[in-house]
Amino acid sequence: MPKGNDIFLQNVSKVVVFIILAFALYLFFTGHGSPGGGFIAGLMTAGALLLLALSFDIETVRKVVPVDYKLLTAAGLLIALCTGTGALFFGEPFLKHAFGYFDLPLLGKTELHTALIFDLGVYLAVIGVTMTILLTIGEDN
Amino acid sequence: MNNWVAAPLLIPLFTAVILIFLHNKLMLQRWISLFSTLLNTAVAIGLLLRVHEDGIQTLNMSGWKPPYGIVLVADMFAVLLVLTASVVSACCLAYSFRGIDEQRERHYFYSLVHFMLAGVNGSFLTGDLFNLFVCFELMLMSSYALIVLGGTKRQFRETLHYILINVLSSTLFVASIAYLYGATGTLNMAHLSLRIAELGQSGPITAVAALLLVVFSVKAGLFLFFWLPGSYGAPPAAVSALFGALLTKVGMYALIRTFTLIFYHEAVVTHTLIGIMAVATIVLGGFGAVSQTNVNRILGYNVIASIGLISLALAVSNEHALTGAVFYLVHDMIAKALLFLLAGVLVAETGTERINRMGGVLLHSPLLAWMFLIASLSVVGLPPLSGFPGKLLIIQGSLESGSYIIAAAGVLLTLLLLYSLIKIFILGFWGDARKERNPEWKQPRKLLASSAPLMLIIVLLGLFAEPVLPYIQQASGALSDPSVYIQAVFKE
Repeated sequence: MPKGNDIFLQNVSKVVVFIILAFALYLFFTGHGSPGGGFIAGLMTAGALLLLALSFDIETVRKVVPVDYKLLTAAGLLIALCTGTGALFFGEPFLKHAFGYFDLPLLGKTELHTALIFDLGVYLAVIGVTMTILLTIGEDN
Repeated sequence: MNNWVAAPLLIPLFTAVILIFLHNKLMLQRWISLFSTLLNTAVAIGLLLRVHEDGIQTLNMSGWKPPYGIVLVADMFAVLLVLTASVVSACCLAYSFRGIDEQRERHYFYSLVHFMLAGVNGSFLTGDLFNLFVCFELMLMSSYALIVLGGTKRQFRETLHYILINVLSSTLFVASIAYLYGATGTLNMAHLSLRIAELGQSGPITAVAALLLVVFSVKAGLFLFFWLPGSYGAPPAAVSALFGALLTKVGMYALIRTFTLIFYHEAVVTHTLIGIMAVATIVLGGFGAVSQTNVNRILGYNVIASIGLISLALAVSNEHALTGAVFYLVHDMIAKALLFLLAGVLVAETGTERINRMGGVLLHSPLLAWMFLIASLSVVGLPPLSGFPGKLLIIQGSLESGSYIIAAAGVLLTLLLLYSLIKIFILGFWGDARKERNPEWKQPRKLLASSAPLMLIIVLLGLFAEPVLPYIQQASGALSDPSVYIQAVFKE
């Protein structure tokens, strides 16, 4: 890939990346009751990062998001596993989730559920795996 | 509900994830890995005693009732295999402290092994056909990485075969699951068994059963084994041992589980097919083992031939044969791991994999030689060792059913394996060294010490077969009467 010199692509993606990330966030939070969730939000986020890598280059992405994606994967898996195992300490079967309604400032009455934490784990793991794969393939040449 | 049923799955998963964070701290990685497998062994023993006293333990994950949610089922058969897998993996891990180079250890070797163990234990414990597929994939993905880790030319070539054949069979697996779901509307194994018993095993369902037979046969190395001897020889000995002991046996477990619990109505079609494939496997695998001169390939063909023997028992499916199959399966996991580990020491000692270039090992490493001989004799099934009771029960079972060809195949197998393993002993251990020895080579005491527990189990399992037999019979009893399993799943 030639070192980033496509002005149109670069300027458009600077804006579009944020739109994609915002949509990913929306998908992540809407995922409990309607289509969406950690998996698809993770793919979206990875897609945004990939767009950056295509329009600039991999080094730029590394500089902008200085994360070790392998560790991100592991962190995601750990969060998901711990959420599933947490149920054991309350005498419930493995993977059982809990939820409740809380009055939060600004948001009002909100449903909070532990499945969201599990989803956060999935989200991080998906970003980690996708980016590890893409960056490994991208580095080959 | 018993949450301990999920523990053999959770312990390796947690270990694998934690080890990713620690991938540069070698000593810490080693000790955590070993501790985790020992902990798993302890949990498995606890489960075994619990199942022996209180019958089959189940866990409805997330609290969803059986036909709707995914259920984990710990019956005696599954728990015995989980226990054996934990013991074998503990020894293979201890072996790999010395037997695996640092470069591989830094590149997530231990993590991958634990992910694979999670897949293996999950496959044994799950009571849901789709979940079985997921656990298979977890196990296979990690095995892809383990087989290529290190990146030698031979590993790349064999990995390509291995991945292609497994991706193909996994695709068929999902397809047959989809057909089955379309026909019966459920994927819970106990529920599937009930539904198919009600509907009758019609032609299409038997066709799906045959498709599943192909899928599991590829994984187990039953008849469709052309990929196996090469692939299992490519990675280092510790990995070969894990593969030889665990992966094909998971395929075999899936075969036994599905064809005793779900598809047992049209035995004339499916079980005859299994019988034909088993006899063909024994003939081809046995002659393959005899014809090779490469140690790892001989052992690869040995793995295949033993799978043939266990499938003979499945084809007969009476109580003696199934008891023999469970016993032999447990024995075979331990014995094959031991043989592969010792072959690793042998290859390191002589610097070659070809037995006609070895020689004289008996003089330099008598301990290795005698351990190898005992392991070989136990694989063949010589009486005081652990291969004997299983083999005897399988042949007895097939004679009771009047399947004389099957009994004859079992005896033929014994002779062929005896010849192939004694050939290694005669050419490799006797005589003078045919090759310059590496002067810096030291006695690999630590490697031998880590395989010694397996050796001990082989001897003890043979000598004390009688006290072990009630556990084995409880396993085979539940296999020959599907209603035990079904009631345990739906009791809550």
